[in-house]
Amino acid sequence: MTMRTPLRRVLGLGSAKTGTEEFWLQRMTAIAAIPLTLAGLVLVISLTGRSYPAVRQILASPLIAVLMILFVLATTVHMKIGVQIVIEDYVYDKTQKFTLLMLNVFFAWAIGLACVFAILKISFGV
Amino acid sequence: MAETQAPVQRPLSPHLQIYRLTLSMLMSGLHRITGLALCAGMVVLAWWLLAAATGQNAYGTFEGFATSWIGRLILFGFSWSLLHHLLGGLRYLIWDLGYGMEPAEREWLVRANIIGSILLTVLLWVILWVSGMR
Repeated sequence: MTMRTPLRRVLGLGSAKTGTEEFWLQRMTAIAAIPLTLAGLVLVISLTGRSYPAVRQILASPLIAVLMILFVLATTVHMKIGVQIVIEDYVYDKTQKFTLLMLNVFFAWAIGLACVFAILKISFGV
Repeated sequence: MAETQAPVQRPLSPHLQIYRLTLSMLMSGLHRITGLALCAGMVVLAWWLLAAATGQNAYGTFEGFATSWIGRLILFGFSWSLLHHLLGGLRYLIWDLGYGMEPAEREWLVRANIIGSILLTVLLWVILWVSGMR
């Protein structure tokens, strides 16, 4: 048994030097998501009750498609970081933690790519 | 990603169960819960977009879900989660900038968050209903 405390073992090793990127990115994506979400809500309101061809035509317009892609990118990055923080806070078991962290990255990429691909497909009309 | 394995038994700092439950504590938890709920909301968004990209039949299936009572209930929940998380995010941005930290201001902000999110959700669905929800 060692007499050294956990604090003694890390003293002098220095800080990790990094770690604020995600804090900052989480706030940037949050701020970006505010106007994009409001635009998204206006879009959903305007699409309500419309037929399939009309919905496709509206989603295909360049301005709306670009806003939707920006919304998807901002929110999926924000979602990935947010869920990662929750996993890091509440999951202590190493295997479980790394499995969940990996699944979280897969999930964010799958959702983001699926949404962007669908928007582009509608826009290019094929 | 700090590990929590302490080699020596040491006194722990007081945690949640020691303190009196406050609304801002509850709202902090609710911010995370609504955020997690919105992950499922993103799945529905992806379904909607993929269905629209796929064709009439796939879109019809989505519409069948979205206009069913259970679908409406789920979408209502997602819309509240979204608005609650959005207002909660604004609250955290205000706090990040160093404003609104006095006790009365804090209480006002958390109350505005919960009341505002409910009012905005109801307003959204009234607008959806007026604009021809099927």
